[in-house]
Amino acid sequence: MDKFSIENMDLYYGNFQALKNINLHMQENKITAFIGPSGCGKSTLLKSLNRMNDLVEGCKITGDIRLDGEDIYGDMDINILRKRVGMVFQKANPFPMSVYDNIAFGPRTHGVKSKRKLDEIVEESLRAAAIWDELKDRLKKSALGLSGGQQQRLCIARALAVKPEVLLMDEATSALDPISTGKIEELCLKLKNEYTIIMVTHNMQQALRIADNTAFFLLGEMVEYGDTDSVFSSPKDKRTEEYITGRFG
Amino acid sequence: MDDNNAAIDVKNIKAINKVTFRQRMISYKRKPLSLLLLIIVGLAAFLSAAVLVFLIVFILIKGVPNLTPDLFAWEYNSENVSCMPAIINTLVITVLTLIIAVPFGIGAAIYLVEYAKKGNRLVKVIRTMAETLSGIPSIVYGLFGMMFFVTALHWGTSILSGAFTLAIMILPTIMRTTEEALLTVPDSYREGSYGLGAGKLRTIFRIILPSAMPGILAGVILAVGRIVGETAALIYTSGTATGTASSVMSSGRTLAIHMYVLANEGLYTDQAWGTAVVLLVLVFGINTLSAFIAKKLGTGKDK
Repeated sequence: MDKFSIENMDLYYGNFQALKNINLHMQENKITAFIGPSGCGKSTLLKSLNRMNDLVEGCKITGDIRLDGEDIYGDMDINILRKRVGMVFQKANPFPMSVYDNIAFGPRTHGVKSKRKLDEIVEESLRAAAIWDELKDRLKKSALGLSGGQQQRLCIARALAVKPEVLLMDEATSALDPISTGKIEELCLKLKNEYTIIMVTHNMQQALRIADNTAFFLLGEMVEYGDTDSVFSSPKDKRTEEYITGRFG
Repeated sequence: MDDNNAAIDVKNIKAINKVTFRQRMISYKRKPLSLLLLIIVGLAAFLSAAVLVFLIVFILIKGVPNLTPDLFAWEYNSENVSCMPAIINTLVITVLTLIIAVPFGIGAAIYLVEYAKKGNRLVKVIRTMAETLSGIPSIVYGLFGMMFFVTALHWGTSILSGAFTLAIMILPTIMRTTEEALLTVPDSYREGSYGLGAGKLRTIFRIILPSAMPGILAGVILAVGRIVGETAALIYTSGTATGTASSVMSSGRTLAIHMYVLANEGLYTDQAWGTAVVLLVLVFGINTLSAFIAKKLGTGKDK
């Protein structure tokens, strides 16, 4: 079933057209990967899915983007949209507060007040992000003192704490070492049973390892989209083939 | 860190990368200019600190012997020239000024950084005005306060007139420092907060302001320093009445004005020195307190 559907979407930054006529349907409980060289618009597309582009001045979007059939640029409350579509950023961005408060920030925002309930959510989210054992004794310590990999998993836990339906990951592992990356990839595979994951990655091996579907972007266009194995083993477009065999990009 | 090499006596290791005195002398001989530069910057650092230390020691030597119990009597008279009423007036005027100026200053800064669009003309105008305002000599504020608050609004020479005059004077300082503090909050915090579905208000009050708090308080400390040390802006607005102000509508002198008047009259120079010590201690105390609060409110560090 389609979780997200994008139709005839164009996006402009000022006079520059960053995305051209994108048509894309992403399935529920699958991992979809966006690949392509830097500046091809894949992160821009990702950020359009939870309206983070609204923060960018001079950004104009046309077309139609729907979440479960509902127009996200229509009457949908933007904060509800972002609750349903969580995001993990390229650089881990824990808030300058304790581990516990970082996780509890989201639920508190959406009205959870009871201490017991918050405790429950914090433990549940940290467990889901496979970092509970490492952090359970330092919940009251500042999140800024954690290692890069721990911070990123904390950010995933923080995103999970508001119980989203979709998780957007914007090159979430690009700043991490192979071991942390491996942990996060494992986590993604586990999480896709409950969430829909859409990720931008520069690492084609990563897409090949964990993504069910892959979309290849080039210069603002979506060149190819399909089942990851077929995109990598028998690409239909010559440009895709050249990119994945390392001839450019 | 685990102390896993406790068995080794680290203090007594003979490290080959330690620059010895002899090596240093050799390198200076090769480059005498670098020795000269070292001496110059060292001297500059020493002198800057020495001037301050000298000033403080000088005030203490002159002032401490004059700190008699009389100087802290609750009632002022021309026998004891007590500075107690002035201390109370100073605290009242400081608190009042901050109550007026801080919300406006922080509010304006929040608007400029979080709400106004980038490149907005209005923002530029406000910024230029704030910069100009902070460059105006305080006596000009004093005259304005006298014409406007004292005369035109009929508030008379009063603590309230003084506080409003000072509030206008420190508003640009608070606004600018808060703005700087807000600008240093990384955008990734804002993105993180919005990304979790938090609205603008919640993002500002729960994430941005707490992160910027140390910077904001630094601005407030700066402002407090100006309030406590101000004379020119107050002499025509809150006046030089000697007693403790009975209400915000009555006149009362602050410590700095008290000192100015004592020194000016020439009869109580010793007491003026004593008062200087009190002023010094007051400023030091307020700064320590603010630093303490900043540490408590600031986020990101383990407490």
